[in-house]
Amino acid sequence: MKSELKTTPFNDLHIENGATMMAFAGYNMPLNYTFGILKEHQHTRTQAGLFDISHMGQVLIRSQSWSALAQQFEKLVPQDVLNLADGRQRYGFLTTDTGGILDDIIFARRKETLFVVINAANKTVVIRHLRDQLQPACCVSECKDRALIALQGPKAEFELSKMNQKVVGMQFMDNRSVELNGMPVWISRSGYTGEDGYEISMPLDVSQSLVRALIARESVQLIGLGARDSLRLEAGFCLHGHDIDVDISPVEASLSWAIPKVRRKNGERGGAFRGESIILGQLINGVSRQRVGLMPNGRSLMRAGVTLYANEKDCHSVGRITSGGFGPTIEKPVAMGMVNTAYAKPGTGLFGDVRGKRLPVTVATLPFVVANIKRDQNQRIRS
Amino acid sequence: MKYTEEHEWLTEIENMVVVGITAYAAEQLGDVVFVELPAIGTTVAKDDEIVVIESVKAASDILSPLDGEIIEVNNAIVESPALVNEDPEGDGWFFKIMPSNRLQLDDLMNLSEYQQLIG
Repeated sequence: MKSELKTTPFNDLHIENGATMMAFAGYNMPLNYTFGILKEHQHTRTQAGLFDISHMGQVLIRSQSWSALAQQFEKLVPQDVLNLADGRQRYGFLTTDTGGILDDIIFARRKETLFVVINAANKTVVIRHLRDQLQPACCVSECKDRALIALQGPKAEFELSKMNQKVVGMQFMDNRSVELNGMPVWISRSGYTGEDGYEISMPLDVSQSLVRALIARESVQLIGLGARDSLRLEAGFCLHGHDIDVDISPVEASLSWAIPKVRRKNGERGGAFRGESIILGQLINGVSRQRVGLMPNGRSLMRAGVTLYANEKDCHSVGRITSGGFGPTIEKPVAMGMVNTAYAKPGTGLFGDVRGKRLPVTVATLPFVVANIKRDQNQRIRS
Repeated sequence: MKYTEEHEWLTEIENMVVVGITAYAAEQLGDVVFVELPAIGTTVAKDDEIVVIESVKAASDILSPLDGEIIEVNNAIVESPALVNEDPEGDGWFFKIMPSNRLQLDDLMNLSEYQQLIG
């Protein structure tokens, strides 16, 4: 089986650095390096962590004009694409006809083109969907010649500024073309750890030297997928295939914040996206279940799949854990789950079935660790 | 010291046997973040699942290597699970058991046999 796994351009680098490798979304990926998951997590929260995320899909979409492109793409997402300024990006999701989430994405406007980053596990399905829905009005091309990394943590700005001072001026969700070490890259100020940092898309031929130059810097360490998962969980971010999927709507997923007024009912370009009647209806009428944060009261972890109950005896479940583990920064077990709306209020006490025992767990406000991001006062106007 | 295929080590102290997990096992598990130990006085049989250990990666059970009675448990690792990674064959011990069938000890591996197992 192992030989069938795909590798990223940094496979040798992972192995040189003592990575424990694992299969993830069909790729051979680093679970952790010699440091271990806990220390890698802490390093990212206090210094700078470098993540190979080249397994994720990078897609460029072009059309005759930005407005033509936006008009087409808005049929697939309930976000505002048209008014996205050049050099800005947004979080969004591709919806299904039944109101579910096909994938959650980052989309950036780079001049007249749209640059989309999609989840590794959904690459094939999403690219087929984009081509089916957007061609021939738009041209959809996968950037197979580009690597993708994330540099995350409070020292990310300082370390990257040593390669190009321009990165300092970037705000959260800015997306620019800059040179790092004299090499052209597409860089955004964003990430999925809850820390300030950058995601850098670069041509394969410059990727090795750039990444090696970055990890040679004092505060930069390679970080594996194990810590990436605990970091995003503490930050309250969804993992597609676990917390969200084609059977969970954005409203159920507590992602309504990402659906702007302009795309809601009576909005200027309200509706006219896949699953609109279900999703817009839910925004008005509410939902019967909701994604919430969950904090186990004891020390036992509650991982994905744990069934939740309202009390110690009831045999009807009221939800289940969709992601769970240990939160190294808050030094406690943390989890997310889907629960019946009646039990979704923060502070609600529930019970999780762990190895046949019902252990107490409390509905908690997300995130567990408040995001440390770079935002200025003009952010609202500029986005 | 004796070893099991489940990567436990056993050391006889007076009449009792101290049990923990090997450095190899601790390394494989990764950072331990939760340990649940049996109650003192519990009568156990060989291969009973008596300890739950969770690392950042996964949950695993530790099986009793012998028939006997749990005499003492190491609450220090419940308070600070990282001890299991820091000193697995010392301060990170799990429990002390009073064996009811000492012949079971003879079936266990010695160090060189265990080293062969883990390659």
